[in-house]
Amino acid sequence: MSAWDRKEDEVRRMMEGPHPLLPPDLADRAAGRGRRILRRHRAVRTVGWVLLFAAILAFSVWAAIVEPWTAPPTNTTPPLEGW
Amino acid sequence: MVRERRAARESRRAREFEAFVAGAGGRLLHAATLLTGERPTRDTTAAQHLLTAALARTYARWDRLRGEDPYDRTRMELAALFARGGHHYRRPRGGTLDRLAPRERLVLVLRLYEGVAEEQTAAALGLPVERVRAICTRAVSVMRSGVPRQPSPPRRGDTATDATTGTPAGAPKAAGAAGTGP
Repeated sequence: MSAWDRKEDEVRRMMEGPHPLLPPDLADRAAGRGRRILRRHRAVRTVGWVLLFAAILAFSVWAAIVEPWTAPPTNTTPPLEGW
Repeated sequence: MVRERRAARESRRAREFEAFVAGAGGRLLHAATLLTGERPTRDTTAAQHLLTAALARTYARWDRLRGEDPYDRTRMELAALFARGGHHYRRPRGGTLDRLAPRERLVLVLRLYEGVAEEQTAAALGLPVERVRAICTRAVSVMRSGVPRQPSPPRRGDTATDATTGTPAGAPKAAGAAGTGP
């Protein structure tokens, strides 16, 4: 064992010391908070999907009404020839 | 149908989580008291607060751990939370690692108490490996020099510790940078 390992071990022993008492309700508190985080994530996800579907629906309705793929009617009259 | 499945999953998660905390909670709380610098046998409010937040994040990820060790996960959450709010714990509270700056405590706890590999510690803290090694070496030598930091005032305590180890600029810089870490 090197001198460095011995030093590390010494500090490790210092850190062992007496263990604190775990409060019996800590797990419940953490689980409750975790459930809240999950609920929040779920709500954000739901809102995201709803927004996406609303955007798709709005686009479809607009496209069906306006039909942007059809060529606009020509404004100029064709030249008159051989008259 | 979906509701039933979700309820079953939630009760299973709650059961597993409770068993996990019952088994690992004591050691994790000890690690948290080492980080916050509280005395393990006294009031450990700050450490409990830190651990509750870390455990809540683990709980929220429980179904997506995919074989990852929940203990390892919680340890890393704890380290991330502490690194973000490390400046709250500069005041000496009579704990074992009291004479170290928050970031030195974090490195020492991860490397020596938890036995996390150097590379993993460096990745978790967003530091180069050499830097982690340097912080660890310095922290070990400060701990072994054995001069306890004076409980008050904390600022002067910092410089007093530095004078004993002969590195006047090291600790304040490390302590100041701890708050800005990832």
